[in-house]
Amino acid sequence: MSATFTKSMARNIFYGGTVFTALLFLALTFHTTWRLPQRDHRENLTPEVIHGKHLWETRNCVGCHTILGEGAYFAPELGNVYKRRGPDFIKFWIKAQPTGTPGRRQMPQFHFTDQQLDDIVAFLKWTSEINTENWPPNIEG
Amino acid sequence: MQLQYQSQAVAKPYFIAAIGLFVGQILFGLIMGLQYVIGDFLFPAIPFNIARMVHTNLLIVWLLFGFMGAAYYLVPEETETELHSPLLAHVLFWVFLVAGALTIVGYLTVPYASLAEMTGNGILATMGREFLEQPLPTKLGIVVVALAFLYNIGMTILKGRKTAISMILLTGLVGLAVFFLFAFYNPSNLVKDKYFWWWVVHLWVEGVWELILGAILGFVLLKITGVDREVIEKWLYAIITLALVTGIIGTGHHYYWIGAPGYWQWWGGIFSAMEPLPFFALTVFCFNMVNRRRREHPNKAATLWALGTGVMAFLGAGVWGFLHTLAPVNYYTHGTQITAAHGHLAFYGAYVMVVLTIISYAMPILRGREANPERAQVLEMWSFWLMTVSMVFITLFLTASGILQVWLQRIVPNAQPFMAVQDQLALFYWLRWISGVVFFIGLMLYLYSFFAQDKPQSVEAGEVQPATA
Repeated sequence: MSATFTKSMARNIFYGGTVFTALLFLALTFHTTWRLPQRDHRENLTPEVIHGKHLWETRNCVGCHTILGEGAYFAPELGNVYKRRGPDFIKFWIKAQPTGTPGRRQMPQFHFTDQQLDDIVAFLKWTSEINTENWPPNIEG
Repeated sequence: MQLQYQSQAVAKPYFIAAIGLFVGQILFGLIMGLQYVIGDFLFPAIPFNIARMVHTNLLIVWLLFGFMGAAYYLVPEETETELHSPLLAHVLFWVFLVAGALTIVGYLTVPYASLAEMTGNGILATMGREFLEQPLPTKLGIVVVALAFLYNIGMTILKGRKTAISMILLTGLVGLAVFFLFAFYNPSNLVKDKYFWWWVVHLWVEGVWELILGAILGFVLLKITGVDREVIEKWLYAIITLALVTGIIGTGHHYYWIGAPGYWQWWGGIFSAMEPLPFFALTVFCFNMVNRRRREHPNKAATLWALGTGVMAFLGAGVWGFLHTLAPVNYYTHGTQITAAHGHLAFYGAYVMVVLTIISYAMPILRGREANPERAQVLEMWSFWLMTVSMVFITLFLTASGILQVWLQRIVPNAQPFMAVQDQLALFYWLRWISGVVFFIGLMLYLYSFFAQDKPQSVEAGEVQPATA
């Protein structure tokens, strides 16, 4: 780089550019936060949904599955599993684990109570109703 | 060869710990790679989610060890003063190592739900989110270590010379600590949870970590090429400007499908499409500096790592990131093996390689010599090629499996379920695993290179001095 472009000019551009984009990002974040209630239907965040999310976290489900495309890529997407499989199948499936089929990927048994299973289903139902701009492309997730 | 400042020596245990944890990370990677094709491998002893947690958390921890070691090594030299408190650095080393080890042992021996219960997740629920799985005490420990570390580094910079390299490093490290605080924010609304989760993950790896990367690389290039500091620091400012100007709003490429407004497809797409620019500048910078070198540094291996970082960071973070960053593409590739492919090459090319660069440069000096013996360097360079080429192949095989996955599961009219598709990807998963084994062999060679000596030279007849009476 030429000598007319000095280090202090470069530094000032760094500070200016960073502050400007950070403020722009914050402004977008405020706008997003303002718009979110219309998209995440938070009025449906029941105690069951909230407890379901807690169970989702404390069983480290995201260590194998994705939810809205984020997580591990070892097991199916669960953001839309409520629509794909329905509540009864989800509960049956969780209770039936591990399948023990030789050579197949295995999911642990979590010994959930019926109430806990209902909470997980409530959380997955709530998640499936978030406005995700039509993602995933099809029901297979 | 002597250290310029005695307190730089505290970097040594940090580098050794980093390499040790790196080995653990790769072992668990191999376990997971096998579980992709032999689903019940090690089940139920080590379920996939546990192995993955160990794999990713060890990566983060060993990179942090590397960053801290780098800071302890380069800050005294940059500021031209001894470290504020070498004792504090030693204490923090053991605190961080013990906390990290306990966390990993906890993952492997206690069911995750019990671990959550035992460690106060009921008081403040932070666990069970990707990469932020650590129990509350570990998270608090990270904050304490980070603050004390920043105090130590900050005080050192305060009393000494303030160079752009050390200031950029400090800015990156402060950002690292600040954005980690979002790990404690876990709203019950999944959309908000995800939105701010990225403030840790994205603003780390596509934000402030790039400052740390630039500072470390700039320091090593300054030392091995002897190029004017003014030139190097000007380049650094240009690179980090590009990094933050594109990377901050580039966060939006994670906001396409998680419930955030649709306009993020434009904001995130346009800004993140420019995220390869800082990495391209980094590549040009590395080659430019080496080409304009004013000295021939005897540490050829360190030069190779530095150039390798420039190239592989651009490929992994830049090119492989760009591949799936635009919303119309990401609509199909989001949450597939394409993401895994990008994640592997980006982390290796940018952060693994920059830590190995500073270790390659600093470790010989910490061991009392300017560069390693010839044979050790040759072995280290072999390990460079083995690890780098095998990581490229891991990425290519994951990319191939990702394309197939997208096609079979999301594009064809009669789309197939997830597991049916996974079965058809087995060939690529096997090839990926074999590449992983080669990577591990490269890593073992890397370890061995630390102990390799030159073969004793046979003494030439003419050199024998007659004994004097």
